[in-house]
Order: sequence, then C-alpha cells, then structure tokens
Amino acid sequence: MTISYQLKRADFIFKNQNDWEEVLSKSISRTPQELINELISSELKGRGGAGFPTGLKWKLTAEISDSTKYVICNADEGEPGTFKDREILSMVPFKVLTGMAVCGYVIGAKEGYIYLRGEYFFLLPELNKIIREFEYYCKEIKFDFTIRIFMGSGAYICGEETALFESMEGKRGEPRNKPPYPSNYGYMGKPTVINNVETLAHTYTIFKYGAKRFYDLGVQYSRGSKLFSVSGDTPKPGIYELELGMSLADFVEEFGDGDTKAVQVGGASGFLVPRKRFNETAIGFQGKLVGISLPTGGSMMLFNSSRSMFNVLDNYLEFFREESCGQCTPCRVGCQQLLKGIKAVKRGEKNTKYLDKLLRLTETMKLTAKCGLGQSVANSFSSIVENFREEMIY
Amino acid sequence: MMKKRPVMTKKIKISINGMTVEVKEGITILDAARSVGVIIPTLCYHKDLCIAGNCRVCVVEVAGQKRLAAACATPCEEEMEIFTNSLNVLHSRKEIIELLLSEHNADCTSCFKNGNCELQKLASDYKILKQDFIRLVPFKKYSIDKYSPSIIKDDSKCIRCQRCVRTCSELQGINALTVAYKGDQMKITTFFEKPINDVVCSTCGQCINHCPTGALVERNYIEKVWDAISDSTKHVIVQTAPAVRVGLGEELGFGHGERVTGKMVTALKRLGFDAVMDTDFTADLTIMEEGTELLTRLKRALVDHDPEVKLPMATSCSPGWIKYMEHIFPEFLEHLSTCKSPQQMFGALAKTYYAKARNLNPEKIVSVSIMPCTAKKFEASRPEMHASGYRDVDYVLTTRELAIMIKQAGIDFMKLEDSHFDRIMGESTGAAVIFGATGGVMEAALRTVYELVTGREVPFKNLNITPVRGIEGVREATVRIENPLTEWAFLDGVELKCAVAHGLVNAKKVMDSIKSGESDYHFVEIMACPGGCLGGGGQPIPTNPEIRRKRSEAIYAEDAGMPIRKSHQNPEIIKIYNDFLDHPLSEKSHHLLHTHYTERERF
Repeated sequence: MTISYQLKRADFIFKNQNDWEEVLSKSISRTPQELINELISSELKGRGGAGFPTGLKWKLTAEISDSTKYVICNADEGEPGTFKDREILSMVPFKVLTGMAVCGYVIGAKEGYIYLRGEYFFLLPELNKIIREFEYYCKEIKFDFTIRIFMGSGAYICGEETALFESMEGKRGEPRNKPPYPSNYGYMGKPTVINNVETLAHTYTIFKYGAKRFYDLGVQYSRGSKLFSVSGDTPKPGIYELELGMSLADFVEEFGDGDTKAVQVGGASGFLVPRKRFNETAIGFQGKLVGISLPTGGSMMLFNSSRSMFNVLDNYLEFFREESCGQCTPCRVGCQQLLKGIKAVKRGEKNTKYLDKLLRLTETMKLTAKCGLGQSVANSFSSIVENFREEMIY
Repeated sequence: MMKKRPVMTKKIKISINGMTVEVKEGITILDAARSVGVIIPTLCYHKDLCIAGNCRVCVVEVAGQKRLAAACATPCEEEMEIFTNSLNVLHSRKEIIELLLSEHNADCTSCFKNGNCELQKLASDYKILKQDFIRLVPFKKYSIDKYSPSIIKDDSKCIRCQRCVRTCSELQGINALTVAYKGDQMKITTFFEKPINDVVCSTCGQCINHCPTGALVERNYIEKVWDAISDSTKHVIVQTAPAVRVGLGEELGFGHGERVTGKMVTALKRLGFDAVMDTDFTADLTIMEEGTELLTRLKRALVDHDPEVKLPMATSCSPGWIKYMEHIFPEFLEHLSTCKSPQQMFGALAKTYYAKARNLNPEKIVSVSIMPCTAKKFEASRPEMHASGYRDVDYVLTTRELAIMIKQAGIDFMKLEDSHFDRIMGESTGAAVIFGATGGVMEAALRTVYELVTGREVPFKNLNITPVRGIEGVREATVRIENPLTEWAFLDGVELKCAVAHGLVNAKKVMDSIKSGESDYHFVEIMACPGGCLGGGGQPIPTNPEIRRKRSEAIYAEDAGMPIRKSHQNPEIIKIYNDFLDHPLSEKSHHLLHTHYTERERF
C-alpha cells in the first residue's frame, strides 16, 4: 500500500509574533467555552509525541472546580534528535506565553510555569525579560496571570508529565501512578494543564486565524502542521514545518542523501522504519489511515547504508539504561537486560534465539512499565531487531 | 507516589475473573480482589505505607485497556472487568519476577532472610526454574554496610521497592534512607552514601521489618551467644522484654499475638542460659525512678519556681526515640528523663546487685537481652553503658534471633511446659508488661505516681487508664490530682497533662508543638515504633496494623491477669530498694540507673 499524501511545507509557527497583544486580548474577550470549541474543532493534538487532543485536555481541566489550577509549558525537550522547542522559545516566545495565558483564562488558572530543560539554561535571561514584558501587558489589560520558569536538571524522565510535577514539587523526578491524571491531580495536587511548547504555539495560530485554517492542513486524524527536527545522514539538517500525513517516502525524497537505509521516527522512543516500508508509512497520529501511521514528537533521524543498526540500537539502549528513573522493575531491569542482551548475542555469548526472548521482554515492558518511557523502549527495539536481525548477529 | 484519595461510600459493580462483585467506589483493584478471596501477589505494597506501584508484580488485565494495570495503584471503576490470571498477566508477572531475580543476589542459602523472603516466596510460587536473563549482580559494585551495631544493609539483595524509604519517611519522618541516582545506578542509600551508623538513622529497625528481602537485616549475635552459653567459665544470664512474649510465638507456630511467656522461659532455660530473668523487673524499677524524677521536676517547677527545670519530661525507654532526639532535637535533650531504659538498668544491676547476691565475679557474667528492637543493640554499645565497670549488656538479640536459636536447638516450642522466671530480678507486675504497648509506660507511671501522691488508686476502672491506650498516633490525657498527701500538697488541684505518641513521625508532631509553645504537657511518652515495642523493629515479620492490634490485646490481657499491677508493689522492687539502692534517685541509682545524652549530627 502506498501513501498518497504529499510532503507540503507550512509556515505558521515561526511567522510574525508581533500581534501577540491583539491575539491575547481578543481571545480573552471570548468565552472559555468558545475557545474550547475552537480548539476541539481544530483537532489539534499534543505535539510532544503522545498526541492527546488538546481541546479535550483543556476542557477536562476546565470542568474541575478548584480555586487553584496551573498551566505548565513542558519545555523539557529531551527526546534524542528533537530540537524544535528550543527554536520556538528563542524565535517566537510570545506565542507560547500567549497560549499559556489563554489556557489559564480557559481553565481558570492564574499561574503558569515553564519547565525548562536544564541544558537550555542559556535561554533563561532572555525568556525572563520577555516574561516581564508579557506580564506587564497582562497587568495593563487587568488580566491576572503570571509565568515563572522552573529549571530542569537534565533528567530525560522529567519530561514525563507527572515526573515533571514531582520534580517541580522538589521531589525526585519519578512518574506517578495514573489515574489520577493531571486534569484532576497535577502540580501540587491541583488540576493542571500541561502542554508541549509547540502545542501552545499552535494554539496561537488557531486563536489568531480560527480553527479552520489549521484544520485544513494535514489529513484525517492528523490535522495541522508540525515542526520536524531533521538530523542524521541528510544534506539539509534543521527544523522544518510540514503538514502532517505525508508519506515517509516523500520525506526521504526531500531530506535523504540518496542512500537512506532507514529513518527513526520519533527519537529513541519512536520507531525505526526500513527502506522497504517508506512507501507505506505516513507521519501522523494513529488512526484509520492507510498503511502504518507513526506519531512523532518531531524527531526524524535518517540513516544511510554506512550505519550499523546494531550501533544505533546500542546507543538508544545505553540512553534508556541511564535515563530510566529506576523505580519500576520492567523499565529499570528491562533496559539493562536489553542492552546486555544484544551485546551478548553480538559477541556470541548468547545464541540468536535470545533475541526472541528479548523481543518478548519488550512486550512485557510495553504492557507493564509504569510510564511512557518504559513502555516505549519496545518501539525502537522491536522495529530495529525485527527489520535488521542480521545486523544484530553478524 | 499517589496521595490518599478521599473515601467514597458509593457502591459500584465490577467483575473479577468473571465473578460479579460489589465494592466501594475508589478502592483499589488489589483490595477489591482480596475482599473476595482473590490473591494478587505484591512486593512494593505494604499496608503501613503509601502506594508506590513500582514493582509491577501485581499487574492485572482490565478489559478494554491496552496495558496491564498495577492492582495496588488502580482504583476500581464502574463496570470494570478485571482478570488476575489471564495468560498475559501470568506471563508478564513471571517475567517481572525473573527480572527482579536477575538483579538480585539470589544466594538464598546464605541469606539471613532465607525462609522469610517475599521474593523467594514469589520465585517459589511461580516456579522460576530456569533463569535465562543475564545475571546483573556481578556487573555492579555492590557494597555491604555493616558498620552499624544494629542494621546491616546489603544492596545486592535490594529490589528497589522503596518500602524502607517510605517507612523511614512516612512512619518515622526521618528520611535516613533515600533513593539516589537513576536508571541502572538507582539505589537506596543515605546522605552522601555514608554508612548507616554515621547518619541520622535512629536504628529503630522499622526498615528491616518492612523489607521484603534480605537487603536490610539486623546484625545478629547468635553465634556469640552460643559461644558464651557453651563456655563453662561464664555465667550467662538473659532478660526478656515485655513485647517479646506476645511476638515470639508467631515465629514458632502460634498465631499473631499469642502469649507465650511461660514457654519462652522454658525454652530459654533449655537453651542453656544460667538464669532467665525479666526486663519487666527493671520496667517496674524504671517507673519508680522515672516517677520520682517527674515528681521532683514538678516540685522544682511549682514550688521552687526553678527556671532551670525542664518540663515536659519525656520518657527514655525507647532507644530509637533517644537517638532521634539526639539528632533532631538536641536542644531538648534535658527534657528526656535521665533514666536508662529497662534493658540498661537490668544490665547495670546484673553485674552489681545480682553478682553480689549470687556471689559471682561480674567479669564472668555474660548479660544477654532479648528485645523486640534493633535500637537496643545500638544502645547496649553506647560507651556510657558501662556503669557496672563492665559492658552492662553484652549481647542483644531480637525476638527473631531468639526464635532462630530455639529452632537451631531443636526445641519443639509448641509442646513446651510453662515455667517461671528466676529470682531475684524476675518478678514483675502488670504495669511492667504494658511497657510493650504504646501508652503503657504512661499508664504504669500514672498508676504509681497517682498513688504515691494521693495514697489512693488512680481513678480509672480496674486501673485501666483507657485514654492513653489505643492506636492514634498522638493521644492526650489529663489527670487531676485532688486531696494529695500532705507532703505533696503543692500538687492539689494540679491537672497533670500527658501526651503519648508512637512512630517518630508522630513524635515530631509532639515535639514541634512543644517547641512552638503550643502545648504545655508535663509528661510525654514516646515510643519510636508504631504500636510501641510490640511493633518494634526486632519483632517477627510481617507487621501490619492488624497484627499489631492482636499483639496489643495480648499485652493488655497479660496485664489484666497479673496478681500485682502496680510497679511500687513489686516485692522484688521493694527488696532491691531495701537491700541495695536505698531509695529512688539515690546516689547509687544515679550511678547505675541514670545516664546522659549526646548531641548528634542532623544528616
């Protein structure tokens, strides 16, 4: 099966942010219900990778009655191969702040936080300056909303929303049990909306131009545009805004170096797609799309034939072994077993059937790990081992 | 970690393995399953602690959900269809146990917890007959922390369930044990990875009681005691704490909270101890000394208006509590009674009073104590505990260690006859027995103090001072003193304000309220462990609120059945004051029975 959707460039995110004051004041003159409806009809889904419908998230949190609620912008961009949020925060920070403020208006929150990745410390002075300017305007229009920045300390797991709350509360960054979900029980146990940087920037587009403009981009189940962080064996690495739903073949046509062997979609926690499946793979959220549809937080890593897929997997597993928070058994021990396991097979210390045991282990991890980290290790592992089994052995 | 969810009373219908069940909305799948006799295995779950949901052994399948749910952490919802034994569940659960074993130093035959290990039991239940996963233990630089006289921590046996961390934080409010690092390096450790002995640890041993494996165990002195017993030149005496007699049976075939006092004495005699005596005797002595100390402090405060006098006075029987104070509230050390704990009073008297009476060379006496406690091991090793000129208590064994010795000696405990403690430090009263339960020291002290001051019995039915009994973390009581004897006239109309707390997290509440000036207690009893000594860190494992309740009932039943129930009426106590100590707070008792405390670091 071949995906027919073409690669289409879009240009919304990085476009002019100078009208943020107007977008903000216009938005908060509408009712929260109107804004939620606008978001829902745009079919915007979370751009961090998990793809939860943003309008629904705001709606659920708005429906909980509590005098204290929070809006949190997740800027703990840690997925290997993702570097788009950094650019958004450098280039169009006002869009993000506006998105947060409108969210605060919709759900009834007066405080917003940006959880900024530890490595993005260099953004802090400029962001603080911009926040002061933003808050000054909010005060001027008598809109009660403040934004603070909370610096992360370099742990990948703190990008997981509940681990992020724990970290902000001064505790060890470990994911919580769910339910309860953040819309009920988030930061400080209060109803909380937590959105990715890019998601908030998209809400700006939607509130500025209306839902239709956004909805018209992309394909069914995967509406709108998305930023892609393109890296690896490509002549033009960088950040590109593309409509969702394109086929991977088109993508490789545009960004590949003519010798693309595989593309890792969605970073270390995503899937590896081998050349033979480029045609049948679309980039978008899971739905009833033709062929396979892969979600991504934006990371697209291209590998050409000079790359050893064993080394690629080894690298990912090394990452997970270190970045697992270590609390739950399947993830903590599972990652160590996977890493040691593929090395043992490569060295001939375990026979090749051991790979099947490891594949079963990733199934258990997917079923039983406490959070998305442990659950998604299976993605890269199984897609690499199944498609490049020989490279794991020889 | 999940916070406690509000209790809801609405009933909902769910199905478990095809059975329709009506449960309270909001209860976990685990509790719902247990209520209908479906057992879901757990490791990180403990009734005393908040939900962690990190071992994942309790996963179950919920119809319509892609992933398995942790039964301990997932609340039931209307119409939920739960399967606890589907193939998916069984396979996943088994694989998780395999993973745990691959990271665990499964050297079971040389493990102190062999036979009472939750991981071992799971491995046995699920028949993990072949371990294909790579053994991870040799790849890690595990260390064994064996520097504490009380607690040994072996990281190679840790399954990272964090029960000890939650215990130290939620029950004790200390956080001596915490989680450090992440991923494969994640471990349970202390401040800057210092030895347990060098950090804020109270040595209470609750972490041991809550550890599912052999990662945390007591330092055991079993071999040393066997050596002493078999040395014919030594006179080996043993004392047993009140709470041991309501716990020991659990290790030896009896149900929870069965009283086995007589059998315990027989067993100790059969083990070869030269004299079997009772810590209860020095518990009575403690009441005499501590009660007098309280009255002296009250007099100094009310009559002399001495600004130096420290009130409230706090009990000093619980060595975990003492060490906690030395770390956390050093500025309040003078509030602690100067009385040694009953164990140490016994030790000091054994090598003086007892040695003299039996005409023994104290150098040849080996003094052993059986305690429900690991902090007692630390206490016995304190440098100041040499009042007799020798180390007052040579070896401290936990209830568990005694049970091991009884098994090693081939004694069929259940068939033993009862026998009595030996004289001259074996007589005791009901007041001493209740030292084993939270509130007991307070109750015993009030029975004696009230009577000393007024000449009448304490005005509670059957001497049961019920307001200080119970399981609430902090309890308060007021006893009004009326018509005292002439020498105590200054106490007429005084309302003696008392507080009782157990578990150090509750102790902190009491201390904070004293520190802030919010409370104006006269007398405070604190026990480091939940439930008091009966829930001590050296008691049989497992422990939970239900087990502690049964042990507590046994303690109060033992008290009710005693012919003498007030410390000052113990004939041996009367005798020791006549023959040896003269009177409470005498010079001799100051030397032998009282002590001082040391400020310690707060990390």
